[in-house]
This record gives sequence, structure tokens and C-alpha cells, in this order.
Amino acid sequence: MFDMSRGHLPTAAGVGFKPQHYNEIISAPGAVRWVEVHAENYMGDGGRPLAQLRALSERMPISVHGVGLSIGGSDPLDQDHLDRLKHLLGWLQPASFSEHLAWSSHGGVYFNDLLPLPYTAKTLARVVDHIDAVQETLGQRMLLENPSVYVGFDETDMEETDFLAEIVRRTGCGLLLDINNVFVSCTNQCRDPHDYLAQFPLGAVGEVHLGGHDADEDLDGTPLLIDAHGSEVVDPVWALYEETITRMGPKPTLIEWDNNIPDWDMLEEEAARAGTILRGAHVT
Amino acid sequence: MGWDSALLTPDDTPSGLTGPRDRPPTRRFDVYRNNVMSSLVGAMRDGFSVVHRLVGEDFFAAMAAEFIRRSPPRSPCLSHYGADFGDFIAGFPPAASVPYLGDIARLEFALRRAYHAADVTPVGQEVLADPDIARARLTLAPAVQVISSAYPVFDIWRANMDRSAPSTLSGAQSVLVTRPDWDPVAEPITQAEANFLSALPNQTLGEAAVHTDDLAPILARLMARKSIINVEVPA
Repeated sequence: MFDMSRGHLPTAAGVGFKPQHYNEIISAPGAVRWVEVHAENYMGDGGRPLAQLRALSERMPISVHGVGLSIGGSDPLDQDHLDRLKHLLGWLQPASFSEHLAWSSHGGVYFNDLLPLPYTAKTLARVVDHIDAVQETLGQRMLLENPSVYVGFDETDMEETDFLAEIVRRTGCGLLLDINNVFVSCTNQCRDPHDYLAQFPLGAVGEVHLGGHDADEDLDGTPLLIDAHGSEVVDPVWALYEETITRMGPKPTLIEWDNNIPDWDMLEEEAARAGTILRGAHVT
Repeated sequence: MGWDSALLTPDDTPSGLTGPRDRPPTRRFDVYRNNVMSSLVGAMRDGFSVVHRLVGEDFFAAMAAEFIRRSPPRSPCLSHYGADFGDFIAGFPPAASVPYLGDIARLEFALRRAYHAADVTPVGQEVLADPDIARARLTLAPAVQVISSAYPVFDIWRANMDRSAPSTLSGAQSVLVTRPDWDPVAEPITQAEANFLSALPNQTLGEAAVHTDDLAPILARLMARKSIINVEVPA
């Protein structure tokens, strides 16, 4: 159905690209075999960001990760933004494109956050329409990422895992499984992340994200985790990752570290840890 | 109350939300509200670092939050967000004691625009030797911008980049912004040169030249900054 000739991400570790790591990535990437960039940072007319991205794409496979399409929103998709995305993917020819099960714009205002949606037949139909439109416009299959959530909705009457499985069935898209998001969301909802992962449609996963979170608590002391991408991956998330890789087989895995950005050695070390787990995976 | 209005205001929580085990969702909704405002204020802080340095964190955060509530982003491309922050500051009464602050914001935004401007190929020195050059129309690179201020906006900006103190806070100044390669350059120019540059898009070189006594220095500077991308001499 879609052009699959753009190649694919290697089944190895990658990192979210930060310009301050450019020289290390180009000269000595170590365990890092691919990088992911946020689409919205590469929509200018020219200059250093685009030149660096062009040079990176000659060095290793690139995954383009969008944060602004607002696929889960009730507004129609922003056609100008979709056109900018099409332009970027057109010249860059990345190995993968992914976006979020979330919304970020409403009434023309962009909120710069990944906001949650209730899971109902109505929102499902809307998300499916949006993903169909994105895949048709871009001419390629996309991956959809499971969100970090902090609140529930009264009107939700579907499990998130069923909601995602149904999206996959209807649109043919793949999934980006963010294991830190699973841990954050399940902790915040007082649920067991193993149960969530047991229900997750692992067969559709094309990429895994790992990242750090901040720990806070609710007014009554209930744990409240915040998906901050500003620290190391915590041990319980590594354990969930290893279990999941054992069940589904190795998948391209990204270390996401967007705030309090560490020096290259520390980031590369996290990627190497994921790489070791991927190479040692014995699928059961 | 809907999500969109609640996200940008400090008080209400939208209806229809729940916390775990039916606990109230207030503090959980605050996570989203805080993410939205702190990420946008953070983007403003990155984009207007000299304004931030001039007024300090508390004032900057309050001023940026007010700007964000009045003019929230209309596009997910935040590299273009804040174009009108300078105008907002100029009309923001609490900032009136720092009368050059709005112009500093305009200069910082011009530098950011230059950073993301399209890559271009400059013309060579030889084109200016054309005997009919006075009748030519020059096209400048998209990075080229001029900021004119009633204050010494370049000196204040430069001193804050160097973390020193400007020698004076009075006297008008115009600043030329260009991007020779990847890094934008800001430098002071004369008022006459600023007038010449603003006339250039609509006039021939000879017509625009009446604004300045000496054309050579500004033309040499534009050439050095790789900022002339086309010279069209009429046949």
C-alpha cells in the first residue's frame, strides 16, 4: 500500500539528536546506530539546522518524530503543517516517521504539549480518519506512540491498548511503544504495567522509546510520575524493556533525553545498555 | 470549562476528568497546565536570552506568560514564535522603565530569523564593476534585516552577550543583521545606511544611494557578509 523503499531503522540503539552532540555523532557514534529528530525543528527555510540534518542523514538512518500534528485533536488536521511535513520527508527520505496518540492544537492555538484524549468510538473514528489522511498525504506508513497520561476521562469506555489495536487494524499504521510512558501512565493510574504490556499489540511495534521521568506525588501522597525526558532511564523501566524485548523480539530502540541534556558519553552509555539487551534477546 | 482555556489560565480544572481510584484530578491537570506554560516560557527564554538577562528570571517569566496568554502560538513551529514580542514589550507598562527592551527583543528575533533563513548564493565582487550599476536593482539575502532604535540597541545587546556593561544608554542606533555562513552577524550601521537599505527593495541602486553620502562602506559590508544575491542591470 505504501512505498517501503526508504529502508528501515536498524534493529539497534539510537538517540534523540541534540545539536550539541553533532561532532561526536558524526565522528564517533559508538553504540548509536541511528538518530531521531523532532520534525518541527527542521521546518525552517535553511541555515545550520537543515545543513546538519542533511549531513547526519548521509552518516546514519534518521527517524523523524513529529510532535505537532495533533492527531488526537478534534480540530481538522492543519494542512499547512502536513505540507511542511511532506516537504521534510520528501527531501530527507527518513527511515521512519512517527507521531503521538495525543493532541496539541485546538482552535488554531498550539499548546506545545502532548495532551490526552478520551477513548471512545467517536474519538477512535476521528483518530483513524486523521491517520488515514496523514499516511495518504505522506505516502508512507507511520508509527503511532502510546502517550504518558496523568488524568482519566469520565467518558472513556475503551482500554488504551484496545484503542491502539483497533487503530492499527483500521489504518495499517504501526506503533511506537514508549516503555517509559507505559510505566508513567500505569503508575499514575495505580495499574500494573505488566498487565498493560500483556494487552499491548506488540506485533505492530516498529520502534521502542526509553526515557527518564520525574517523580512527584499527588496531594494525598499517591505517586505522580511526570514524563520529563530529563534523566536516565530508571531500573524498573529497563526491566520492563528487557521483558518486552524477550517477548516480541528486538526492535529499534531510542534513548530520549530532551532536557538537562547530558554529555555525549553518558547518552552513548544509555544507548549501549539498550544495544546490549537487544543483542542478548532470546525470544520466548 | 474546556481544556484549551483552562490550560492558559491559573485556576479552573475542566469537567469530566478523574484521578486514579476516583481521586480529584486537580493536581494531575496541573501537570498539563504547567507543561504548557513552562515549555512555552522556556522557548521564549531560549529565543530572547538578552531580554531575559536584562530583566531577570521572575520578571521575564511573568512578562512572557502574559504575552503567551495574549498571543499563543498559532503553529507547531516554535522557531517562528515571538515575532511580535518586541511590540508587546513596548506596550507592556511594567517594562516601561527599560525603554529599549522592546527593541532588544526585535533584534533577537531578527537574529533568529536570520539563523533559519534560506541558504543563498551571493554574487561576486565583479558585478558591482558594471558601468550601468547605478541603474541596477539589488536583491539582498533573506537573512538581511535592519533594526532601528532610538536607543543604542547594538551596544546594549553586545554588552549583554559579553556580560559587560554598555558604555551609554542614550543615543539612537541602527543594526544590520546578516548571515554570511551559518552564524548570524549583528553590527551597527549609520542612520543614512539604514535609510539606504530600506529604500533598496523598491529603488535602483542609484536612487537609493541618495540616502547616504558614501555608498562604498555599506556595499563593501554587504559583499563581505555575502548578502547580495542578485544584481539586475537593465539592458
